[in-house]
This record gives sequence, structure tokens and C-alpha cells, in this order.
Amino acid sequence: MSEVQKETAPAPRGAVIAAEGLTKRYGKASAVDNINFEIRKGEVFGLLGPNGAGKTTTILMMLGLTDISSGKVSVLGFDPARAPLQVKARVGYLPDSVGFYDHLTAVENLSYTAKLMGLSWQERSRRIAEALAKVRLTDVAEKRVGTFSHGMRQRLGLAEIIVKRAEIAILDEPTSGLDPQSTLEFLDLIRELKAAGTTVLLSSHLLDQVQRVCDRVALFQSGHIVLMGSVAELAVQVLGAGFVVEVEAEGAGIARRLATIPGVTNVETVSADRFRMTAERDVRPDAANAVVAVNGALRRLSVDEPSLEAIYSRYFQVKPSGGVRHAA
Amino acid sequence: MRREGSPFQGFGAVFVKELSDNISSVRMLVLELLIVLTALAALYGAIDNLRQTTAEDPFLLLRLFTLSSSPMPSFVAILGFLIPLMAIGLGFDSINSEFNRRTLSRILAQPIYRDALLMGKFLAGLATLSISLTALWLMVIGLGLIFLGVPPGGEEIARSLVFLVIAIFYAGVWLALAMLLSIVFRSPATAALVALGIWLFLTVLWPMLAPAFAQVIAPPDPRYAALGLDTPDTSLWTMFLLRISPNELFGEAMQAVLSPTTRTLGAVFLDQLRGAVMGAPLPLGESVMIAWPQTVGLIAGTIVLFVAGYVLFQRQEVRA
Repeated sequence: MSEVQKETAPAPRGAVIAAEGLTKRYGKASAVDNINFEIRKGEVFGLLGPNGAGKTTTILMMLGLTDISSGKVSVLGFDPARAPLQVKARVGYLPDSVGFYDHLTAVENLSYTAKLMGLSWQERSRRIAEALAKVRLTDVAEKRVGTFSHGMRQRLGLAEIIVKRAEIAILDEPTSGLDPQSTLEFLDLIRELKAAGTTVLLSSHLLDQVQRVCDRVALFQSGHIVLMGSVAELAVQVLGAGFVVEVEAEGAGIARRLATIPGVTNVETVSADRFRMTAERDVRPDAANAVVAVNGALRRLSVDEPSLEAIYSRYFQVKPSGGVRHAA
Repeated sequence: MRREGSPFQGFGAVFVKELSDNISSVRMLVLELLIVLTALAALYGAIDNLRQTTAEDPFLLLRLFTLSSSPMPSFVAILGFLIPLMAIGLGFDSINSEFNRRTLSRILAQPIYRDALLMGKFLAGLATLSISLTALWLMVIGLGLIFLGVPPGGEEIARSLVFLVIAIFYAGVWLALAMLLSIVFRSPATAALVALGIWLFLTVLWPMLAPAFAQVIAPPDPRYAALGLDTPDTSLWTMFLLRISPNELFGEAMQAVLSPTTRTLGAVFLDQLRGAVMGAPLPLGESVMIAWPQTVGLIAGTIVLFVAGYVLFQRQEVRA
């Protein structure tokens, strides 16, 4: 059996996934309602939102595993409803609480899915060994998966994506239920995927973890995308500011000079030698330069990065009437 | 909208994995052991009976399948009872276990269609049953050779092979039913219970209920009753209703194939007896023709149940 024939896809022009008016209805209820988004090649994109917000349904539509009620989605230039095999040959999917055949070993489990991918025997063996090494499961390769911990199963799921050499990895709540150490290891593996050029779509409601690895996020609520952009962009949009930089320095005209830094939205003079700036980015290097430029003496420089948790909490406190708020 | 790619992509991998799982499963081992032991007991009774009562018989081997020795029923009757159990044992959790193990979404995220998964599972189940039944068939032939000391004739082998094929179709009906229930019910226990309930109903209760229903639909004519005869309409309805059960279809087909003197299944009409030498065996071809409607009924039942399962599975949400 030869590997799945991968046809040349139409050039996605930077966006590897593009959804337009994507809708999924169950009877009269809409699980996903007219969402639009684009995911760029090589980025880690987070899907955030409470349970039942439509994240998993969106993922299933992208994989062609559930019908699309209206609208369209393109994955690497393919329509998942029409060419699901082409999409699935290129996209790796790690479902929430991934399941394996407990009576089979790690290698046997991966070998089965590698056969479904259409890989030859030699290719299977080589890729499986490589993938298990990457997720640090080589030692237990011949052990039955029934003996594996939750964290090991999640890593094995990631190994499957590596075996596939997926261009896009879709991870649905991959760290839920993992202990802190396993979570950190898993997040490292996600970063490695990104470094290898894989586009990662991460669905989660663990905000701090999403913030640690994601370049951009989309916030789902009741089947709609209500916010989309980078964390800093969302912070500006929801909190009114992104980064809060505190400067302790002595000198004349520091506040005026700090206000001229590009990206700074506000400078507050807390005391004679303390200034609090709100900015769209981390402006500490510019702030240091600004203090030096006015011959000031810099004592302390600190930054509070915008927190996704703060954005999320504030957003759901405010609960805007609807519509997508694109930060970028 | 027409989907691109073959629906059978990945079928081979699913088939091989499922076949391997089936053959190596403890469940299958227990079921096979049960069938072999029961069949051995039935065979022992039949061989004993044959040694004592039969003088000369051109179809001695076939008697092994059909002769019963109280209290054991015949080998064929035991198979009619136990094949469904084996098929249900293989199929009742084939799909819902994938849901419960949370493997379904992961497997269907590979470049395969659901068609390949369902077809692979069904044909692997059928292959497992075929292997078991073939082994059983070989065991009967072998024991017949050893204990009767008479080599089987060509027609006997041919008839016993037809028996094997029909038994596989019979297993197919129950396997398709069990798989359908494994799609309908998320809980394997519920699917197993419903499948066993249907099996018991069709095998034990239905033969008792069908004549009663037939008498309601076509009440017996007292004039026939006065002559000690069955009313033709009532008999036809009884037969029709009984044939809803795969067990009845299998039993009738077996009777036609394994008892070469069987000229008809059901009511005998005079034109069927014209020119007939009573007790003379029919050629194999004619016996097969007699069993043909029953065989087609079993195949049709398998197809209908499989298609129902297929449609339901295609429309089912994948998320666990």
C-alpha cells in the first residue's frame, strides 16, 4: 500500500486554514454560528472558550468528520467536506482524552494508524522510532498502552501526529488532566512542533497554558468568535492596555519622553520618580533608552504582561452584545 | 456532494487488525471452546447412533450433521443455536467500544472513510466466524473418517461444503444485527442484552408464537380440522411468519442440503410427487434449488441489517 497520494493544493496565500461563514446547526440550535477566521502557516493558534462554545465542532468540521450546515472552510487549500482524505492525510488530530487500544503496545498502536496513513513497512518503523524518541517514550515502546499514565497517552497521541508528519496539528484540550510537570513537557513538545514548522491549533480552556504557547487566540462564546488576535492586541481591546511597564528613575522630563515611545498609550506619574506606562508591546528597552536620553538615573524597570485570564474575566464580566471584535 | 478518494482506503489495515484481535481474544476462545465441546457431544451421540442402527447409507457422513441422540440435539441444531451466540459475541461491541475507548475520532482522523472501518470490522468478524466454522467442519469430517471408517463421497463433501457456506451466511445475519446494535447503543452491555433478547425471542419464543399469530390472521377451517388436516392458508401463514426468524431459514436450508431425500420445505403438493421415487435422493443441484430461497433470505437479511448499520454510522457524531 502506498502512502496517501498528496495532490498539490491550491496556494493558501499564507493562511493554512480559512473559514468563511462556517455554521453547524443541530436542528434549530446552532453549535457554530457564522464564524470567520484565518490561521497562518507556522503559527500556534488558540481556540478558547467555555465547554459547549463550539470549539470541538469547529475542529470536526475542519477535519470533515461532521457535516457543515453552511459556509465553508478550507484546510491547506482543500475542502474537508469534498476531499476529507486529502485533509486528513496532512492534518494530525489529538482529541480530548485520546484513546488507544490498551491491549496493544505503543508501537503496535502507532503502527496501526501508520498503516491507515498508507505508510510502507520501512517508513512506518523509521517514523515510529523517531516519533517515540521525540516524545520520550522509547523506553516503553513495547509496553502495552493499558499500563500508560494519562500524560504518556497524550504524548503518544502527539507521536502519532509526528509519525504523520502533519502540516497542521490540531490539539483538543491536550493538557487537561495532566500534572504540572507533564503539562510543561507537553507545552515544550508543542513549541518543538512549531519550531519544526508545523501549524498548531490548540483548543483549551486553560488560559495560562494557551498564553504560554499561542501566537494568536480566538475566543468562542455560544458558537461565535467574539474576540480574535494576539494576547497583547486583545488586552488593548478588552482591558484598554496591553503591557504595563513601571519605571523608577530620577531626572527631568522623563514622563514627556516616555510618552513619545511608539506603542505607548498612556504614561501616569505615580510619584516624582515613579512612572507607569501602558503600551501595546513590551517597551522596556525603549523606556531605558528614553531615561538615558534625558540624562536620568534608572533605578528599576518592570513589566506586567497582559494576562489572558484578565482579558477573559473582563470580557465575560462586560459581555458585549455580539459581533466579532478583531484585534488585528 | 461527491467525496473524493476511495471508500476502501485503509480497509486492509482495519481488516487485519480486527481479525487479529478477534482470533486472539479470550472471548472468542471461550465461545469456540463452548461450541467445540457441545459439537463433540452431539457428534459422539450421532456416531454412536450410526454404529448401532445404520446398515447401509450412501450419505453416512451427512448423518453426522443431522442425527440426534437423546438428550443431545443434532450437530446442525446445536450450530443453529450457537452460531448466533458466537456472532453476537463478536459484534455487540464492535463500534460502541471504539466510542467508549475514545479511539473512534482518532482513527477516523486518519485518511480513511467510515466505510472502510465498518466494512473492515464486519468482514473481519465474518472471516473469524468462517475460520471457526471451517475448523469445525474439518473436525466433523475428520472424526467421521476416524470413527465410521468410511471415506466420504464427493457429493457428501459437496453438500457439507454448501452447509458450511450457508452457515457462514447465517452467522452473517447475526453479526450484522449485533453490529447494528453496537451502533445504536453506546453501552456494550445494552447492545449485548438486546441482541441476546432478539436471539432468544426468534429462536425460542417465535416458533411458539408464529402459529398463534397465523391462526389469528387466517383462522383454521373446521372442515379441514374435521378431516384431521391443517388449513392450507393457516399453514402458509405459519410458514411465512416462522421464516422471519433466521434460525428457521437456516434449519430449512440445512434440511434441504443435508437430507438429500427432502423434496420440498413446507406443504407437499401432488405435482411435486409426480414421478417421484419415494425415498430416492435428489441431485445436489436440486437440493440447492430447494434451499435457495432460504439462503437468499439469509443473505438479504445480512445486507439489510448491514445497510441499516451503515446509514446510522454515517450519520453519527464522531465525538466521544
